[in-house]
Amino acid sequence: MSMFDRTNLALSRRSLLIGASLTGAGLVIGLRPQLAAAQSQTGAQPFAPNAFIRIPPEGKIAFVMPAVEMGQGIYTAVAMMLAEELEVGLDQVVLEHAPADPKQYANPLLGDQITGGSLSVRGVYEQMRKAGASGRIMLVSAAARDWGVSPDTLKAEAGQVVETGGSRKAAYGSLIAAAANEPVPQDVPLKSASSYRVIGKPARRLDSPEKVNGTAKFGIDARPDGVSYAAIAICPHFNGKLSAVDEKPALAVKGVKKVVRIEEAVAVVADNTGAARKGLAALQIDWDPGPGGSLAQAELERLMDQAIDGKALPHINEGDVAKAEAASGKVHEFIYRMPILTHSAMEPMNCTVHVRADGCDVWVGTQIMSRARQAAADVTGLPLEKVVVHNHLLGGGFGRRLDVDGIILATKIAKQVEGPVKVTWSREEDIRHDCYRYLNYSRVTATLGPDGLPLSWRHRVIGPSVMARWLPAFTKDGVDLDQMAGAETPYQIPNKQADFARQEAPDGMLTGNWRGVGATRNIPPVECGIDELAGIAGIDPLEYRRRLLPHKPRLLAALNLAAEKAGWATPLPKGKGRGIALAEDFGSFAAMIAEVSIGDDGKFKTDRIVCAVDCGQVINPDTVEAQIQSGVIYGLSAALYGRITVENGAVVEGNFDDAPVVRINETPPIEVHIVPSTEPPGGIGEVGTPGVAPSLVNAISAATGKRLRTWPIDQSDLRRV
Amino acid sequence: MEPQGGAQAANDGAMRDCRPLKNATSRKCNLADLRPRWYFRAFACTGERLLGADGRMPYNLTVNGKSYAVDVDGDIPLLWVLRDTIGLTGTKFGCGIAMCGACTVHVDGLPVRSCILPVAEAAEKPVTTIEAIGETPEGKKIQAAWLDIDVVQCGYCQSGQIMSATALLAANSQPTDADIDAVMAGNICRCGTYPRIRAAIKQAARG
Repeated sequence: MSMFDRTNLALSRRSLLIGASLTGAGLVIGLRPQLAAAQSQTGAQPFAPNAFIRIPPEGKIAFVMPAVEMGQGIYTAVAMMLAEELEVGLDQVVLEHAPADPKQYANPLLGDQITGGSLSVRGVYEQMRKAGASGRIMLVSAAARDWGVSPDTLKAEAGQVVETGGSRKAAYGSLIAAAANEPVPQDVPLKSASSYRVIGKPARRLDSPEKVNGTAKFGIDARPDGVSYAAIAICPHFNGKLSAVDEKPALAVKGVKKVVRIEEAVAVVADNTGAARKGLAALQIDWDPGPGGSLAQAELERLMDQAIDGKALPHINEGDVAKAEAASGKVHEFIYRMPILTHSAMEPMNCTVHVRADGCDVWVGTQIMSRARQAAADVTGLPLEKVVVHNHLLGGGFGRRLDVDGIILATKIAKQVEGPVKVTWSREEDIRHDCYRYLNYSRVTATLGPDGLPLSWRHRVIGPSVMARWLPAFTKDGVDLDQMAGAETPYQIPNKQADFARQEAPDGMLTGNWRGVGATRNIPPVECGIDELAGIAGIDPLEYRRRLLPHKPRLLAALNLAAEKAGWATPLPKGKGRGIALAEDFGSFAAMIAEVSIGDDGKFKTDRIVCAVDCGQVINPDTVEAQIQSGVIYGLSAALYGRITVENGAVVEGNFDDAPVVRINETPPIEVHIVPSTEPPGGIGEVGTPGVAPSLVNAISAATGKRLRTWPIDQSDLRRV
Repeated sequence: MEPQGGAQAANDGAMRDCRPLKNATSRKCNLADLRPRWYFRAFACTGERLLGADGRMPYNLTVNGKSYAVDVDGDIPLLWVLRDTIGLTGTKFGCGIAMCGACTVHVDGLPVRSCILPVAEAAEKPVTTIEAIGETPEGKKIQAAWLDIDVVQCGYCQSGQIMSATALLAANSQPTDADIDAVMAGNICRCGTYPRIRAAIKQAARG
């Protein structure tokens, strides 16, 4: 089941609860806010046909961004969609972050102001084009009324209304007062894809210049007047607490103003972050490790292994798996084990908060604006409307900034500080207090028919339920629908069963969403499992998949394109191998082929990764390429290095030395080929990630005959067996 | 508490060597080990030397051609003085142990990791940050190539990437892939802009 299906499913259940905000989001289009209407009558204020467009009398048009920018290119994509129908050039606009206001800026598919799940373009594709079109229609109508002609004789282009076959033209800015009095169009026709002049054409990112010259402002760059700077030590043990700390050594450090104690952390506040860090390092902090203080990795893994054979909740049951297994001569079983992973966004967690008696300001980069605001309101006890969240660019999200734990901590600290305080986590805190992708195991049990193709597929997924905490609408009868995404495979198999054995992380260890969400949990076991079965059947893994995909033309087309571009038909020399993995999720279809070489010494190298993707209507092909490469490299880091371990009820690793990630010298050429499509747009930020781990393992198997079933890939010795 | 392995190297090498540190860390876990490692690297080895010498006086910094007198301890890493004291936030904090390169600036024309460089060691020397690197011929070329290739994604690491790439181009006008690997491997990008970084450096080298 794709994310889209799950989204709709969840939405239909959730809409009862969140009807108000959904309705609000739906009505935004064409709704003229009272404030903007009043202002525009003065003639000096911008024309705001809706929440996304502000047209001033002169100068650049402002587009307000409903999703947040964390690298995925959504600001440029949203601007392209608005510009397409508003008929302005991308050089005529400036972009603004939206405030926390789910009534106006909720993602229509999620019903909340969330940027995640590769749902931004999918959610706003129609909404943004309609917003642009309704603004254009009002401007054209205003000009037509002024000139006494039919709107049909006018057209809009490059920020002007132009008389067709006449000489009159008017810049949008000159029409705004009149346009504000035009009726809001109820029926907004949209261009057909064939007449797009912006959408689908390569466009440079609108946020590049400021990110290249150092002026871009991320959350960590907020410097409100009077700000002080805090370094924080959070109790390293899950659910542990602060026991005692003598603040004197910190206060002796030049620039240190204060030591703040909260239940689970100590913060040192200073006039610069360096002094705060120095002060913090001078403290001897006694922590109470709590009941989990002796917990070790082996115990967590033992519990996961135990859950493989424990109770599970049914998710999918098609055909009769038990009968197929009973009738089969041989049941094949593979167990795949995936490690704990961190997000390790380049911008460490940080949040700046100013708590006052009558209000609270929060400066942060967050994927979840409304919860950020609510979190600060909850901690301060202030009414929601007294909390202002100033969103910023995000120095990477990857799911980490879908949680508000950092905002809660910073607000707790800020309550004890006069004036605004910026709380910056060290990299160590960032890695040791992540919302982790927890251990994820899969048991795949399959039988083959006489033709060697799978007759039955049984998949038990063992892991936590993030959705039970994070978005309960994405659960059904105790089954975490995200956790199960794709567990049933995209392949045509007559008998299928998938179930969920919930095994939570230890108390106090936060688990959360990680780039690729459910797909990165289940596509590795599915794609390795299918590859293993192809091997047992003695059928080429490309051919094997082709035979199983007659009902999936888009996925098959992506597979065929990737195979062609990777030169699948051309044999590789000894010591090299290719491996396939498919990913169908987020409304997109990706096929990945990894090529690896194993030296005589058993050393492993990724030579090349080829990816073909059908993501429906492309908004910006440049971004599609960048996001697939991005997703691949993120997946490569996890597949090669990702492994967090626990000792003494605390995370051991703490920085890029012991929790390494892929660097430029380890990055193979990554080719991206787009399958042309006019289907609705799919997501692109995550679909590149899940295929990496299995395609590498499958390629290693092709090169060496070794079948790995545990990640990260053990690179110590991959000599041919 | 004794400094751990790698600490001395980190500080001594700050001015000369921007490659990632190769230090083996113990997997053994106890409370002492959970103290942040930047403590040992950024402070423990240099504190006495620097504080003993100049603890009382402001440091004179020259950043992007402007002079600043900053009244901080000499062992405070330059990064925080740039970002918090002076207000030049283009230089980013990423790891605090010279492993990621996000904080790269030029001191005396050489790339350094400002997260471990004590401010005292940057005093009286020209410091160049991302905000002014476009005024150098190589920096201008690199920034133009970055825009043309559209390298950035989240953008957080890009100040450091551009500072490293500029230093590379200044030292080596025609870098090979191996040269690019050797220098740029010190800069992490979690968005995975590496393919475009490589392409942009090559484009800048072509002029």
